[in-house]
Formats: sequence, C-alpha cells, structure tokens
Amino acid sequence: MLSATELNKSYSGRAVVSDVSLRLEPGRVLGLLGPNGAGKSTTVSMLCGLLRPDRGDVVFDDGASPMNGRTDEFKRRIGLVPQDIALYEELPARQNLELFGALYGLNGANLGRRVGEALELVGLADRARDKPSTFSGGMKRRLNIACALVHDPDVLVFDEPTVGVDPQSRNAIFDNLEVLRDRGKALMYTTHYMEEAERLCDRIVIVDHGRVVANDALGALLRHAPSGERLEIDIGQGVDCTSLLALPGVLEATESNGVLTLKLQSLASDMAPVLAWCNAKGLAIRHINSVRANLEDVFLALTGRQLRDHA
Amino acid sequence: MSTLTSNFPAFKALVLAELRLYFSSRRTLIMNVIAPVLIGAFFGYVTNPKDQTAPHVPVAVVDLDGSTVTKAIIEAMSKDASLEITRADEAQARKLVSEGKLRAAIVFPERFGSSAATALFAPGDRPKITLIEDPSKAMEVSLVQGLMTQHIMQAVAAQAFSPTTLSADTVAGWRKGLADSGSGVSPDQQSALGGFFDSLERLRVDQQKGATATPAGSTTAATSATGTTPATAGMRQPFSLDKQSAVGTRDSQYNGYAHSFAGMSVQFILFLGIDLGVALLLARRLGLWKRLRAAPLSRATLVASRMASGTVIACVLMLAIFAAAIAIFGVRIRGSVAGFALITLTFAIMTAAFGLFIAAVGKTPEATRGLAIVVTLIMVMLGGAWVPSFIFPPWLQTASLVVPTRWAVDGFDAMTWRGLGFDAALAPSAVLLGFALLFALLALWRFRWDE
Repeated sequence: MLSATELNKSYSGRAVVSDVSLRLEPGRVLGLLGPNGAGKSTTVSMLCGLLRPDRGDVVFDDGASPMNGRTDEFKRRIGLVPQDIALYEELPARQNLELFGALYGLNGANLGRRVGEALELVGLADRARDKPSTFSGGMKRRLNIACALVHDPDVLVFDEPTVGVDPQSRNAIFDNLEVLRDRGKALMYTTHYMEEAERLCDRIVIVDHGRVVANDALGALLRHAPSGERLEIDIGQGVDCTSLLALPGVLEATESNGVLTLKLQSLASDMAPVLAWCNAKGLAIRHINSVRANLEDVFLALTGRQLRDHA
Repeated sequence: MSTLTSNFPAFKALVLAELRLYFSSRRTLIMNVIAPVLIGAFFGYVTNPKDQTAPHVPVAVVDLDGSTVTKAIIEAMSKDASLEITRADEAQARKLVSEGKLRAAIVFPERFGSSAATALFAPGDRPKITLIEDPSKAMEVSLVQGLMTQHIMQAVAAQAFSPTTLSADTVAGWRKGLADSGSGVSPDQQSALGGFFDSLERLRVDQQKGATATPAGSTTAATSATGTTPATAGMRQPFSLDKQSAVGTRDSQYNGYAHSFAGMSVQFILFLGIDLGVALLLARRLGLWKRLRAAPLSRATLVASRMASGTVIACVLMLAIFAAAIAIFGVRIRGSVAGFALITLTFAIMTAAFGLFIAAVGKTPEATRGLAIVVTLIMVMLGGAWVPSFIFPPWLQTASLVVPTRWAVDGFDAMTWRGLGFDAALAPSAVLLGFALLFALLALWRFRWDE
C-alpha cells in the first residue's frame, strides 16, 4: 500500500536517517522499534509528508507521493497519531473531532457520522461533550487516536502512542489497533517498548543510529538471537556453579541472589541433567522459569547494546 | 519559628534553588531590569522640567485686518519661542486644528487695529478675536491665550499711545467713555484718568508741533494697567474673545474618555496579539502544530486561518470596549462610523500579523511573552496611549510616527471626539496595513515550518 524507499535525512551534516526502507500493507501492523534518538520520529515525519527527505521516496502504490506534487492526496490517506497529545484542551471532544475531520474535507452528515464512529471506537461516546482538559491521560490518548482516524485514512501511523499511559488504557489502545487492523487498515507503530511490538506487530523494523538493522517478521527476528534458551532456577541460596558448565548442553551458568540462570542449547534435552545436578548438591528447588529469547536479545545481538534506556 | 529553625537547611536549599533558577535566566533578568529602566526613563524625560525644552505650540494666525497693529502682533508672536506661528486662511486653520496638527488658530477680524485702540478705554463693542481650539489640549490653549493677550496688549498700547498715531478723536473717545461710565468709576478715579487724558492730549499737540516725546513711559504705564483695569471703565482689554472648539462646542463634543479608551483598547488588543503568537509557540511545543501540518493544508491556509481568527477576535474586542465606552462613559463616534470601522479592521489585521511575527521570531513561549510585553508597552507608550503625545518633546513626537500604535490612537481619536470624516481614516489605515504587511512578511521569512 505504502512504500518508503531509501529514506535519508541529515541535519547540519549529521545523518539522522540513512537508507531506511519499509512497506506498509493493508490489515498488517508494521512495528518501528528502536531506542530513543534512533531516528524513528524523523522517519515518521517523512512517511507522513511532514518532512522532505534529502533522498529517497515515500509513495502509495497508485503513485501518490509528496515528492511528485500529490501531497494533499497523499496526506488525506494517512492518519497520524503523534507522540504528543495534540488536542485543543478547551474544546469538547466532539468539537476536536469535528475540527480534525474538517481539516480533511469532511462536512455535514458525513462528518457527524464519522465523528460518532470514531468516538464509539475509542470508547469515548459518552464523553463527547466533555473537554479533554477534564480527561485522564489514557482518555486523552484515545481521543488523540480518534482524531487521526476520523477521516477514515488507509494508513494509520502511531508514534509512541502509549507514553505515560496506565496499563488499562494501554490495553484499550491495543484493542483499538487490533480493530483497525481487522478493518484492513495499514498500521505503523513506533515504540521503544519491545513487549508492545511483540504483541501487536506482524513485522518489525529495528532501527539504530538512523539505520535499519533488521526488518522481518517477529519469528524470523527471534532467530537472530543467539541460539539457546534460558532457564532460571530459584534455589534460595548461593552456590558455586562452575561445575554446571561441564554438563552437556549448558552454554552459560551464573548465580545471583539465590537464582541460577543458565543458557541451554535445548530446553527439552538439557534440563534433566541440570535438575539432577541440583539434587546431587542437595539444593531445594523453589521455582523454575524458562525464558524465551525476545527482541531485547535480538537488538543486543544485532548492535551489541541494550535497547532500553539507550539514548 | 522553631519549625523554621529546624527546617533551615531545607529552607535555605529552597531559597537558593529559586535564586539560581531566576538568575540563570539571563533573558528574564534583563527584561525585569531593562523594562522598568526604559519606561521610568521615558516618563521621567517627558515629565521632568529640567529635561524639557520650551514648549513650542503650533498655532495658526488668520489676519483679516492686515493693519500695522495685527502685523505687529503677528510679528511679536512669531518671535515668541513658545509659539510656532503658521499663516493660513480660516478654513485651513480650522481644518488643521480639528486634525490635531495645530493646537489653536487665532482669527483677527477686519478693522481690528483701528477699533482695538479705541476699545482700550471706551465702553461698548470691542473687536472680537476668534480662538479656534483643540479641546483636548486645554493647557496649551491656555498658554496660547495668555501669550496672545500679552502681545495684543503691547501692540495695541504702542499703537494707541504712539505720538504719530494718537489722534484727537481717540482721546475724545476715551473722555466720552469715561463720562459715560457713570457710577462705575469713583470721582477719584475719574479725576485721575482725566488728568491722564490731559497729559496725552498735550503730548499729542506737542508732537504735532514737532516737539520730541518718548511714548515708552506711557506705553509701560498703559500696559501695566491691564492686569487691574475693571471691565466697566478705564483701561481694559481691547478685544473680546470668541473661543470655538475646532470639533464643536466644548461641552458637547470633547470627552476625555474617548482618548483613554482608544489608548487602552490599542494596548490590550496588542496583548491579544501576544497571546496569539505565544499560543502558536505552545501549539508547536505541544505537537499540535505538527498535527495540523499532517493534514492536507497549505502553509497559506494555516497562516491565513491564524490571521483571520486573530483579526476577528481583535475586532470583536475593540467593538466591545468601545461599546462600553459609549454606553457607560458617553463616548461618541462624532466622525465617520465607516472610518472607525476601517481603522478597527486595519488595526485588528495589524495585531494578528504582529502575533504571527512574535510566533516567528520567538523561541520559547515563556521568554517570548516577556519580551513581547516589553516591546508592546514601549510601542503603546510612544503611541500616546498612556500620556498624550503632545507633551512629548518635538523630536519624539516626530519619532513616534514610526510606531503603529501612534497611528491607531490618532486614528481612533480622529473618528471619535475629533469628529473627522472618512478621509481622515485613510492615512492611519494605510499605515496600519503597511505595518501588517511588514510584520506578515517578516513572520513568513522567519517562520520555522518544521519542528
């Protein structure tokens, strides 16, 4: 539906985005994952026609692009949910939606219908006459989303829409996204929360320092993680675990605060000897937890750095 | 007290933190120091007598007589450092005063010179001088009236007591006036004035015989008597005065609230302009601007919508303020209502453009608001909204024409209490539109469209 090809953007000679390519498909969610400062927002701005790339192109399949003068047509087919809560706080929710609908050329009964549907989708129909200044943070976020979809765009771009949102509202937002995906919208979701990307996205683009370091489906990305699975065993006491490394299939073994953390080649075949080792040492096992590789591991493997708290 | 003592470390830390925050903001600090210094210096300058040059009151003189007396009066007034004399016909003079370009106009009637000398001592009709005044400039008009009276008395007395011009008929006229004054003059006064007339008669006869004489003493005596001469007899002011307001009768036309409301509405609507600009900066900070730009709207649409909304709000505010002035304080639009509407509209457009300019050059809402308020206050001050511009030194009166507020205030004055027509609204409106264009172009040039 919408393709970005080799997008490049520099400020004062410093490359912020370099050769970023991605594609949005109907009924699919594309995740754009990266630490703060990785170039996600700049990429979003170029995707939405807010920023002209120094090089590269953003184009719908039918050719509509800001680069070829069809900017209005291009923008009309995109709904942006910005990272900030971009609302008129002192206008009632309905009037906010009517304004944003009017910006995209809606009017009359059509506008009223679309406003009603948007409010219904985000669960704010009963607060339509209230001002956002009286809303909770989560409700404002949902209204922010409603403003982006009121004109029924083909593509919805969510730029970190869950920042500062409580878990209940976060789940409500996820539900909204899933409804929109099921309606055939092409969604793009930028975040630095790997759990969100894992839950929502069909395909994930990982960026770092403005470059795409991975672009694949979640399952395929996880295969980028170092082989092996983690096992955590709560033994409630310290122990010298050096001899564990002599067991077959044990790749790593550490102990901290009474918890053994092991990396095994295969959970199914290599766990039994470990448990036998614990019995032989007379250790009382209190709890066992197996941990699957995640996007954090993928990012670490790809960049050598942690994803979280990385500016 | 004990609580404060026990919490002193916390108290001290809080105080120091506040002080560090305040003094680390150099821009705020400068504004808080510079603004009062500038405004204080301005008011001190315009109100401190040591810093003031002599008043230079512009006055028109209309000489319908053309006699040696009126020529002498006009020459003396022209040499007076306190006056700036312009010659004009009566219609021109009245127009210039009504437009506020002159403070007053003096009209000397025909035969003023010949009849004024007789009127010095004779009762009955005196030649009538018309003084066309700007009713908003009462202090200056009083100064003009006093200086005019002084110069007339000197010239008329010199004419009356000059050996070359003093005639037997003039002295006879004075004697008759004295006789006709009846009980208005005591016998002692009659005797003294009779002796004075006898002396003048002898002086006149001696002069005609070729004898030399110096009239200076007589002149001095006559002049010095002006301050105490009763109106009914004896030496008196040799003219009557017809004071006319250039904009109608004094009581019915001039309303001091008209100027006050013009000034204050200009000031507070400019504050609205600041709010509009700061709101745009806040919209940028809150991401609203980015969201608007994501919509299929041209830059022209975004800017024009801001200009239009600002203009409408400013117009509504201006009309509401003047509605209150009209309903409560009796202010009237004596001039052209269409002209008033035109100035309101152009000032509102200028205000909206000013707001856009603020948004374009400002960085943060907080710092921009402080700076913009100082700039606005200075513009308002120079525009004569707080104190009338006529008390400014002449150079400042000229210099203040470069600020739009001066044109706005003068324009509203013209349409309200001055009662001028639509044509008088054209120049202020054109200038205000010019400033609007300037602000808009600068704003478009400096505006940061991208975040």
